[in-house]
Amino acid sequence: MKNLVCALGRGTLNIVQEAGRMTLFLLEALLQACRPPFRFRRLLQEIHFIGLKSSLIILLTASFTGMVLGLQGYYTLRKYGSEGALGSAVALSLIRELGPVLTALMVSGRAGSAITAEIGIMRITEQLDALDTMAINPLQYVVMPKLLASLISVPLLTAIFDVVGILGGYLIGVVLLGVSSGAYFSGIVQSVVSLDINGGFVKSLVFGLTVILVACYKGYYTGRGAEGVSRATTETVVLSAILVLAWDYVLTSFFM
Amino acid sequence: MIQLINVVRSFDGQRVLDGINLTIPRGKITVIIGKSGVGKSVLLKHLVGLLKPDQGQIIIDGVDLTRLTGRALQDFRQKFGVLFQGGALFDSLTVFENVAFPLREKTRLPEAEIIRRTRERLAQVNLTQDMEHKFPDELSGGMKKRVALARALIQEPEILLFDEPVSGLDPPMTNTVFHLIAKTHQQLGYTGVVVSHDIPAVFQVADYVAMLHRGKIIAWGTVPEFQAHPDPVVQGFLQGEVNFLEA
Repeated sequence: MKNLVCALGRGTLNIVQEAGRMTLFLLEALLQACRPPFRFRRLLQEIHFIGLKSSLIILLTASFTGMVLGLQGYYTLRKYGSEGALGSAVALSLIRELGPVLTALMVSGRAGSAITAEIGIMRITEQLDALDTMAINPLQYVVMPKLLASLISVPLLTAIFDVVGILGGYLIGVVLLGVSSGAYFSGIVQSVVSLDINGGFVKSLVFGLTVILVACYKGYYTGRGAEGVSRATTETVVLSAILVLAWDYVLTSFFM
Repeated sequence: MIQLINVVRSFDGQRVLDGINLTIPRGKITVIIGKSGVGKSVLLKHLVGLLKPDQGQIIIDGVDLTRLTGRALQDFRQKFGVLFQGGALFDSLTVFENVAFPLREKTRLPEAEIIRRTRERLAQVNLTQDMEHKFPDELSGGMKKRVALARALIQEPEILLFDEPVSGLDPPMTNTVFHLIAKTHQQLGYTGVVVSHDIPAVFQVADYVAMLHRGKIIAWGTVPEFQAHPDPVVQGFLQGEVNFLEA
């Protein structure tokens, strides 16, 4: 029993310490954004990698999510004779919850894991040390552009997810199942208010930063060798998913 | 001049550096030898501030490196060039971009001048222009070391640190790399610190030799002085005795 309590205490302390270290890492990296030189090209490269290269997977995920929502929503609402509310149900589900959450999870799986592997390999092959010895801060050169790019890319990807998802719901609900097109879109216009859009936007900012922060942090402090990088990559995907869902609850409770 | 005064560093309770005292003269090449895993690379990383000692001082040109942090440490590092064990070339950049990288990031030189200087350094390490567009994963071990040497030299540093510059290379390539180190040292006059266990090949570039054993410098001197050192551990290492591994 005593051992169990000790293990629990140690585990809790480890979590708190890790959270503290990650916060300091974030602050130190963001501080570098205020210091010259400003590498605009590096930022564009990261927006290309995190944003543009994730767009195909976002389009696919969004269209299928919207189609499932359209299908499920139609058969559920039909029981109550409210098929006309399908547009509202699809749009609110996407804008408030599914858009930001699924976008962040997809970015984590595609870009986050790759970022951890990239930085982890830079660490174990001493490329980060090489930057240091050239008097170039690795946080400024490697990490900070990725964090800034996440703040730009993930909200845009979320917006694309929302729009494509709504069109996916339209395809199933209106084109295949015969819901009125006017009812679908007027439902969206009437039910979606600015608070929903602002809430989704704030979520996408927080989730995007969280996912890329975890990816950079895990890569930067990776363990030794290929096994260390592999473990860090797995931890990135798992921890990002847990943190996104936890943040989602916290932020939802603020916006409700 | 670089002075290490009673430098102590432990990892997980194990003292890797146990009171290092060493003077590295300006403008000369000092070779630090010792068996694998004895802490030679750890010592080298302390010299450039990548690691901080638990105790002791590292005085470089009158400045205590251990007291520098942040921007001051970053600026101080401009004195250094480092050739890492694996080369540490940026794998997303070509040979040319790797060598030009410090100039592009740390200077405001016009592109024509950057190209001129980069080609000059590549030629200095016997790399031709047709190698410029290759990526590090297309290079042999010896070529990687030469590109890394060109990159380390590009800003003409005052102090150049070499971490196992010939590890994994065959004897002809080992001699080529040591020849390049000797040649560039003669041309540029930097203070060199070479960490290696490649004896006697490494002696061809050494002005001074120091031996690290069980966390301490147990012998130091010119090559002839070192070779005649009476310590049985030094002689055991020089003669490659099997029981030295257990010592």
